[in-house]
Amino acid sequence: MKRAARYIIFYASLFALWTLLAKLKIWPPYLFPTPWGVAESLYAGFQDHSYLIAIRVSMQRVLIGYGISVILGMILGLGVASNKFLEETMGGLLVSLQSLPSICWWPLALLWFGLNQNAILFVVIMGSLLSVTLAMEDGRKQMPRIFGQAGRNLGAKGFKLFWYVLLPASLPFIVSGLKQGWAFAWRSLITAEMLYLSLGLGQVLMMGRDLNDMSAVIAVMFLIIAIGYIVDGVVFKGMEHHLQNKWGLTTAA
Amino acid sequence: MSTNAHNVSSQLPLPVPARFPAGTISPGERLGPVAVGRPAHRPSSAIAKVGLREICLSYRTEKGERLLALDHINLEVRAGEFLCIVGPSGCGKSTLLHLIAGLHQQTSGQILVDGKRVDGPGTDRIMIFQDHGLFPWLTVGQNVEFGMKMKGIPKAERQERTQHYLRLVHLAQFERSYIHQLSGGMRQRVAIARALATEPDVLLMDEPFAALDAQTRDLLHDELEKIWSQTGRTIIFVTHNVREAVRLGDRVVLLTFRPGRVKNEFPINLPRPRSLEDPAVALTAREVLDELREEINRSLEAEYKEGVKPRLDPNAEGAERA
Repeated sequence: MKRAARYIIFYASLFALWTLLAKLKIWPPYLFPTPWGVAESLYAGFQDHSYLIAIRVSMQRVLIGYGISVILGMILGLGVASNKFLEETMGGLLVSLQSLPSICWWPLALLWFGLNQNAILFVVIMGSLLSVTLAMEDGRKQMPRIFGQAGRNLGAKGFKLFWYVLLPASLPFIVSGLKQGWAFAWRSLITAEMLYLSLGLGQVLMMGRDLNDMSAVIAVMFLIIAIGYIVDGVVFKGMEHHLQNKWGLTTAA
Repeated sequence: MSTNAHNVSSQLPLPVPARFPAGTISPGERLGPVAVGRPAHRPSSAIAKVGLREICLSYRTEKGERLLALDHINLEVRAGEFLCIVGPSGCGKSTLLHLIAGLHQQTSGQILVDGKRVDGPGTDRIMIFQDHGLFPWLTVGQNVEFGMKMKGIPKAERQERTQHYLRLVHLAQFERSYIHQLSGGMRQRVAIARALATEPDVLLMDEPFAALDAQTRDLLHDELEKIWSQTGRTIIFVTHNVREAVRLGDRVVLLTFRPGRVKNEFPINLPRPRSLEDPAVALTAREVLDELREEINRSLEAEYKEGVKPRLDPNAEGAERA
């Protein structure tokens, strides 16, 4: 209860401050809209379905891109972790590549794929693949070896060993990496969508700028934050919670 | 740890009645601990269940020197035999079990099961690990089912057999629990049920009770002996606890400290069911221990010299099969 009260006080004062600043009209309203101006934009956006369409398109892209990242990243990470040669060579390369902002792949993607959906997907994949790969590699190394031994001993090998033993055994160690990968994927997507006008939340955001509609810009920013937060808070928190219950891990995430 | 405490107490001179000084009891006497200090020669009527032929294992240490871990091990295990392997820590007894399980590859020599060469893991040989190796993401029931699932046994049969083996280890009501909800003794019982459920011919037990408290261990000794006599499995049981070995085994094999060689074999012909407290068990254990002590001293010497615990980590070398 106390915590809830603190939250309410914090956000109420934030809201009050915003309203106050907007009311004082230090900046013109088209640069600094009121909260209800933003709320109206949100409402209108949902009303004419443009936000829903944008959300659907963006979610579709991020799910496909992130999904490919997870599958590829797991295979790559597992390969790197279980092969000394790969670990020494590719391990370093992966870490250095991670310092490259994913949007730097955009020009390359444009030339390779042209101005289309695939270019966006490519950037999303490059944004999240590395963190998933590194997380998987790390998870595979942290995972107690006894699970692999017990699994092979009980007759699991090849894909079955991976699917029924190595993957679930390493999940608690890779879930934070998966989460990070998601955050990267989401950011990369919005960035790419802002550069390439083809539906999606990023494009709606840029449209607000083009129309000089600051309320719409802030409304879409809220949407982007909300979706990122909901996926993080619901999907990944739920997954962590589930794993902790099963494994009996008491350490809070 | 209670196991260590137990070990220490069994190393102390035991209150042996004067008329039974160690080593003077001839086989066939009523008390009958046949603990003669020479290798057992048994008429091998059929092919041994498990045969180890000239097993050598060497590996490279971090410093780059070659270390011989196992040195020409020869062993024959009869079908249905309960064989215990004892030795000081660092003698490679656990590693030997990993080799039989097919989880690691020996440097030279052959491992035969039913006369056929072992070439990788197989569900005819199931290992029970000291830290149980149960899968924490599965329920107790799913753990027991796991091996059968890998074998492709239909679900209905899997469930029936899971029930059966969980009942056998008195854990039927815990089928839906997760591993972390169980005590150490219960976890080992699940591990036993999981191993039995794949219906292996050979159970490989790697110090399975070492981390348990004394009461739990006693109980599990009784249960294991019962299960063994009911199911007729061949058991190869590795322990550093001589009394445990004598209490459980038909035969106790003593390995030397680094490199591991078979130093001696002791057939144990004491009547069953036995208990750790049986004077005959204590008496026989003492004879084994007398020989083991030399090896323990050697291992301690090495420990002082090297400043580290000389321990063969079966995972350390690059011998693991891919």
